Amino acid sequence: MSQDTLFDKVWDLHKVSKLPGGSDQIFIGLHLIHEVTSPQAFGALKDKKLKVKFPDRTVATVDHIVPTDNQSRPFKDNLAEQMIETLEKNCLEHKIRFFNIGSGNQGIVHVVAPELGLTQPGMTIACGDSHTSTHGAFGSIAFGIGTSQVRDVLATQTIAMNKLKVRQIWCDNKLSKGVYAKDLVLHIIHELGVKAGVGFAYEFGGPAIEALSMEERMTICNMSIEGGARCGYINPDEKTFSYIKNKLCAPKNKHWDKALTWWKSLKSDENSIYDDVIKLDASKVEPTVTWGITPGQSIGINQQIPLLEEFSPNDKLVAEEAFEYMSFEPGQSIKDIPVEVCFIGSCTNGRISDLRIAAKVLKDKKVSKNVKAFVVPGSEKVANEAKREGLDKIFKDSGFQWREPGCSMCLAMNSDKLIGNQVSASSSNRNFKGRQGSPSGRTLLMSPAMVAAAAINGKVSDVREFIK
Amino acid sequence: MKSKFVPPIGKITKIKGQCITLIGNDIDTDRIIPARFLKCVNFDSLGEYVFKDDRETLKGKHPFDLEENKNATILIVNSNFGCGSSREHAPQALMRWGIKAIIGESFADIFYSNCIAIGIPCLALPKKSILEIQKNKDNKFLFLEIDLKNSLAKSKNLSLKLEIKESSRKMFLLGEWDATATLLENESLIKNKCKDLPYLEFNNYFS
Repeated sequence: MSQDTLFDKVWDLHKVSKLPGGSDQIFIGLHLIHEVTSPQAFGALKDKKLKVKFPDRTVATVDHIVPTDNQSRPFKDNLAEQMIETLEKNCLEHKIRFFNIGSGNQGIVHVVAPELGLTQPGMTIACGDSHTSTHGAFGSIAFGIGTSQVRDVLATQTIAMNKLKVRQIWCDNKLSKGVYAKDLVLHIIHELGVKAGVGFAYEFGGPAIEALSMEERMTICNMSIEGGARCGYINPDEKTFSYIKNKLCAPKNKHWDKALTWWKSLKSDENSIYDDVIKLDASKVEPTVTWGITPGQSIGINQQIPLLEEFSPNDKLVAEEAFEYMSFEPGQSIKDIPVEVCFIGSCTNGRISDLRIAAKVLKDKKVSKNVKAFVVPGSEKVANEAKREGLDKIFKDSGFQWREPGCSMCLAMNSDKLIGNQVSASSSNRNFKGRQGSPSGRTLLMSPAMVAAAAINGKVSDVREFIK
Repeated sequence: MKSKFVPPIGKITKIKGQCITLIGNDIDTDRIIPARFLKCVNFDSLGEYVFKDDRETLKGKHPFDLEENKNATILIVNSNFGCGSSREHAPQALMRWGIKAIIGESFADIFYSNCIAIGIPCLALPKKSILEIQKNKDNKFLFLEIDLKNSLAKSKNLSLKLEIKESSRKMFLLGEWDATATLLENESLIKNKCKDLPYLEFNNYFS
């Protein structure tokens, strides 16, 4: 059993009681909600005649269903309109702070909370969304929950949960040029597998992790869930503190000093005990691309899709399924596979640094005529900053469509969808069957830089050839 | 659709029913309920859309479309079932289709806790036993009785030792899997906890 890790410390601090069944009752410091997983929870509160216990510890935004072309109300899609109206009504009724479209602070919930300074070290953070693990980048313990647990947090500010085990993933050395956080996390998921994290929190550490910016760290923690780990985190450091400083909801003046003193005390002890430790060499990671139907089915850009006999008996079943669905051949190179749609965005890679990197690749280049490319900023703040820097113009000049903020084609709950068996190069997080809106659509996950390179060439390409 | 949906309530100690087998590892919640069906403000109509895209692809041959399975209540799956998105719509859709318990090699964490929270026990069996059940040609007529008190699944010829987290098992036996009331009982402890937390004072965002 782990001891003295950041996870242990934050868990113990938030433990309210041991429940009769044996699980822990955990206080949730910050609860984030959005339109998809909250309406039934508010409905259940009403059925149980309960109120929201701590309305000021829940914050809402709207992201999954928002259109990215025309956001004027009412939305063209009646169901989407009904969902945003329900969220508006629930927030108003229960006095919950809601960052709506046009507020300047709307966006993907996992982009918005950090940029507002809501996400801080040492907190527990829950949201009805599996990518809540993103917030662990700040040294908080953050995890996705279902709607019944959203109800419990609204009603009690606590949930019933079993403590997770802790696996340290130590990343030695540094990423090489043209290799990004996305490549590293895809590599980690490939090495450990998509179910290794079940029952675990992942602590990412080592020189390669320390060298990452806060936004890159968010990309890493974001995809913990793709490795099966509901929670992923990184011990906070100076980068964490300076990212938070002066943000809208960051502690100010004497509160800042107090916060800083506490945050600096928050990290895994040097001799803390982990349930498991894995070591990786980050310098060996190449630009990485998925070829299959799970985020673990990835290879380096210069590698070939594995042969069936190279899979362990455990992985063979899903590999066969992937070959059938993707129509790629075992042994085929991933490089040069034609792509028809290029998508930059999502809670994994829709932040300003992601847009900067992609724009740098696209500057003075044109998107291939066979490709439909679009970029969806992660939030209104990201969009505004990108415009201030002229990135929107670079994207548009290259042939990318510049869209309004939202989750968009990461999960295709709005009208941004693949058609038929189109192949998409996507900076999002899931390549599941049908994930991007077409039951036969094919998703290749990669870094935003790699998506930009694929857009220019109309096929999977090595971005390092663009940034020599 | 089948008989009217009645949600589980109170203590859950035994589940008897016919098994339905679904083969495949890493079956994610996008497959269980594709995202377009998440555009709803209640769960009521989800049952008919469970595995919608997989079922359309298999044109009537998907286990959830076979006539012989229409009254099945115990789902048999492989490993990492329910990975991906946290959408509770996935177990809600399974439940509304008729599933009352799931037996598998392993389950994804969030899916597992969503199932517990709505009264669907998820029970683990070793890979070997699952494969045996799945290979058994007669499995379409396999009836099991799940006994949560003793963590056993029994049929005429079978007796299988099931694994379930002790805390989950107790929640079902005590009837406390719907946790809200239990959590609310500790109201004074929750208030005290607020005093312990160093950050509530400086992280009082909007006051």
